[in-house]
Order: sequence, then structure tokens, then C-alpha cells
Amino acid sequence: MIEPAAETLFAAAGRRLRGDRLAITAAIVVACIALLAAAGPFLSPHGYDTLDWKHLAVPPQWQSSHWLGTDRLGRDLFVRTLYGVRISLLIGLLATAVSVVIGLAWGSIAGYVGGRVDDLMMRFVDVLYSLPYLFIVIIFATFFGRGSLASLFLIIGAVGWLTTARIVRGQTLALKRREFIEAARATGVGTVGILLRHVIPNLIGPVALYATLTVPDMILFESFLSFLGVGVQEPLASLGSLINGGAQEMQSAPWMLLVPALLLSLLLLCFNFIGDGLRDALEPGER
Amino acid sequence: MLAYSVRRLLGILPTLFVIITVSFFIVRLAPGGPFDQEQTLPPQIRANLDRAYGLDQPLGMQYLHYLERLAHGDLGPSFKLRDFSVSELIADGFPVSATLGISALLLAILLGIPLGVAGALWRDRGADTGITAFVTLAVALPSFVTGPLLALLFGLQLHWLPVAGWEDGAPRYLILPVLTLGLPVAAYVTRLMRGSLLEVLRANHIRTARARGLGEVRILLRHALRPALLPVVSYLGPAAAFVVTGSLVVETVFALPGTGRYLVQGAINRDYTLVMGMVILYGVLTLLLNLAADLIYGWLDPRVRHD
Repeated sequence: MIEPAAETLFAAAGRRLRGDRLAITAAIVVACIALLAAAGPFLSPHGYDTLDWKHLAVPPQWQSSHWLGTDRLGRDLFVRTLYGVRISLLIGLLATAVSVVIGLAWGSIAGYVGGRVDDLMMRFVDVLYSLPYLFIVIIFATFFGRGSLASLFLIIGAVGWLTTARIVRGQTLALKRREFIEAARATGVGTVGILLRHVIPNLIGPVALYATLTVPDMILFESFLSFLGVGVQEPLASLGSLINGGAQEMQSAPWMLLVPALLLSLLLLCFNFIGDGLRDALEPGER
Repeated sequence: MLAYSVRRLLGILPTLFVIITVSFFIVRLAPGGPFDQEQTLPPQIRANLDRAYGLDQPLGMQYLHYLERLAHGDLGPSFKLRDFSVSELIADGFPVSATLGISALLLAILLGIPLGVAGALWRDRGADTGITAFVTLAVALPSFVTGPLLALLFGLQLHWLPVAGWEDGAPRYLILPVLTLGLPVAAYVTRLMRGSLLEVLRANHIRTARARGLGEVRILLRHALRPALLPVVSYLGPAAAFVVTGSLVVETVFALPGTGRYLVQGAINRDYTLVMGMVILYGVLTLLLNLAADLIYGWLDPRVRHD
């Protein structure tokens, strides 16, 4: 039998995405920032927490190799900002991973098992949706998360899984009726086996898309907590805590605010463009 | 409609109960307590303090006591701000936060809807491109970035507006905080309004209206606007929640004497009652505003009217 020469959904999406100049540029910019954050601190002679007593709160200058100036304690802002980007990206990715794992497990079990289990699990998600979760997260982060990066991204990730779970459940319900699942069941594969080997691998596409859209939210969330002083703690820095520090010094040292604020803006805008590009690529005809 | 509203209002109670219970135990199970200061208190004084605030009882008992007091509308005394009760602190700060939040929502509606309509009517022309650029920026950037940047530009560089402070809500002091809080919401409203109006204008009943020879203005006002407003209205609930949380940041950035600072401050100080009071206040607000948005939606759209 001859297959009609049709493009698969993903091939078509990839073609459309390659034509989206804005999204491509944004992706390149994000890659450059990530590369700079990874390699940049090695270019500077200063450490992120070393105090330079001779250069307190100096504006950007070449002689002392404080390319973006220093803060009130004489710590180099170029290095601190890049460390901040590292932490923001790292927490963004790890928190997304946490939320995807929980959401994938929760949604696929609810969707596949169905019945009362499904009702109960999804009702739980509904209740969590209606909570002013941000307040609970602020409390959680303040009481348990201060000082430890691991608890911070776990807490942030624990918030993001709700929508993933809903998407996954919907997809699972559709998959469940397909013949290959029925065949697997007929040959005696157990529920866990079907979930792991047949359901979840088929969910990777949509979940990966949604995860890409989640990353900037997670970065934003981490910066928000750090800005309020309940996220990343001194002497480590994240973009949020740097912006908070800069906002307090902006009268005498505006560069302390401008550098992290503009960098975070650039990152978020780029992620937005990438997200829009992905959405347009997968759902042409929208907008 | 009335019966439905009352039923929905009662439906809030279980959610609120879950919120209160969850946050009570999170707060209490966390390490540290309100009286763990740098200089340790003599054990006797410590024991007296614990007894005075009921901290010496088992956690379950404390929980029941808290619920009992709450049922009488008493949020308890603040643990750290000694001379104040939590209700007094809220009564002090809430007018500030409410003024800020309501002004921001008004700005969002009054700016977002006209901009969205303009964007839809002048689609793909210069004005629309400008509006889309504004929307992209304002939606993407968080208030803890735009707030300090606005303060830096209009406060410190141009000297047009004060950088921080409240001064009993003098308009000059309100402008920057309200812009910071309201612009992202306005941008989102613009985006929704533009999209939904474009869709409505393609609908059959609009074509019929055109065929009957009605003027464009009349079509817009009488036939297109109302259905196009629906997505905006259903966004109002989330928008209100956004404003409530956003006010935390904006009050910090502009040093406003609202209630926002108490949540973080209280949590860092382990001021149990203050944190609980904040969670309850903001929880009730979020739930009520969401409910209000749902009811308005039903009133605008007869198809989902609840009887």
C-alpha cells in the first residue's frame, strides 16, 4: 500500500518554526546568554562572593576589570549577574522537570485508570487550582526553602504540575481507546507496563511543548520569590535578588538595577517569542 | 440567580477551610518559632510567653482554639508587633492595598478595552503594531522589573513623580504604583479584547447587520461589543487574583503602608497569627473576586445564566 506523501504534524511544525525569524532569533539570544552565563565568570578575575574593598559601589569600569561595576560590598556585578542567570536558568529547568514528572504521573494514572480514581484525582487538582497557591508557596519557601536550592526548586516545581496533569489526562483519555493499547492489554501487559511503555512515550510531544512554555514561568516565579527575599539567599544571587538589591541602591548606583533588570527582561521576552513561535507552529490558523 | 449566588458563596467555605487548615499546619510544623531570637530568653520567661500565647498546648488543641476564635471573627494578637492585634494591622493597611488594587483594575479596564477595540478595528496598521508591541512588553515583564525601572526613570531621572511613599493616597504618589500593577493587566485585557472582537466581527449576525445597512459605529456598539466582552469578563477573576498578588511586590517596591508587606515579614518572623491572618484575608479576597467575575459573566451571557 502506498502511503500518501503527507507531512507529519511535527515535521510541518518544524518547517513553520524555521520560518519564524523572531522565534529563531530569540532562541539564539537565549543560547548566547546561557553560554555567557556558563563561561563568562571564568573570564573575570573576580569571584561572585569575593569582596573588593578598594572598589565599593563603583560604576562600570575597565581598569579594575569590574566591567559592570560592583555592589556596596565590592562584589563584582558582572560575575554576580552571570551567576544569577545560571541559578535562574537552573531552577527554571529543574522546577520544570519536577512539574513535568509529577504532572505526567498524576495525569496519566488518572486518565488511564479512570472511573472513581480519575474523579478523585482531578477533583484534587481542581481544589488546588482554586487556592491562592502563591501565598502558600511564599509561606512554604520562607519556612522550608530558605538557603537550600533543592527545596526551592522542589517547591516551585510542585506548583507548576497542575496544568501539565490536566493536559496529560486529556491526551491519555484519547490514547486509551487506540488499538495498540488494547493489543497490549490483550497480550497481558499490566497497567504499569502499559503506562510506562505505551502511554507515556506517546505523550512526550505535547508535554515537551508545554514544558517549554513552563520554563519562563518557573524562572519568573523564582525571581519573584528571590525578589521578596524568600528565595535564593546571600551570598548566592539570582536575578530576582539582584534586582531587589539594585532597587534599593538605584539613587546612587543605577547600574546595579539596570543590569539585572534588563537581562531578565531580555530573557523573558525571548522565552515569550519562542513560546509564541512554538504555539503558532503547532496550531496554524490561530490568531 | 439569588439562590445560585448564595449557593456559590457557601461553596467558598470548604475551600477556605482547606486553606486555613493547610496553612496552619505548614506554619506550625516549620522549624523555628516567634520567640527564637538572637539572645535566648531565660527559660522561665520563655515558658511564660509560650503559656500566654497558648504555644505550650498540643498542636491539635491550638488548632481548635484558633478555629474557635476565628469563628468569632478574632484573628488573634500579633506575636511580633506586640501592641497590635492582627485585625488592627489589617484595618490599618487594607485601605491602602484596596485603593491600589481597585485603581489598577480600573486602569486595566479603562485602558485595555479601548486599546483592544482600536487594535481590532485598525488591524495590521501602524496603531495596531504599536499596541501589539506594548502588549508583548507589558505581558512579559514582571512588576518587580517594571516598578523599579519606572521609579528610576520618572522619579530619579526626570523628577516628575515621587519614587516611593504614600502620603494618604495623594494622586502623585499613586501614579507609579498603579501603573506598575495595572499595565500588565491592561495589556492582557487588550490582547483578549482585540482577539475576541476580531472573531465577533466575522460572525454571521454582524454580516446580517451590515447587510441591513447599519452604520459601523452602531454595529460595533449594539451588536459586536457585548459578545466580544465575554472573554474579558471571564479574565477578571484571574486578573483580580493577579492584582492581589502583584500588590505584594508593588507595595515592597514603592514602600507603601499596605497589608502586602505583612505576609513576607510575618513569615520570616514566624509571626504565626499575622501570617494566618494574611492568608485568610487574601484567600477570601481571591475566592470572592473569582465568584464575582463568574456572576458577572452569567449576567452578560444568557446562555450560561444560572437559575
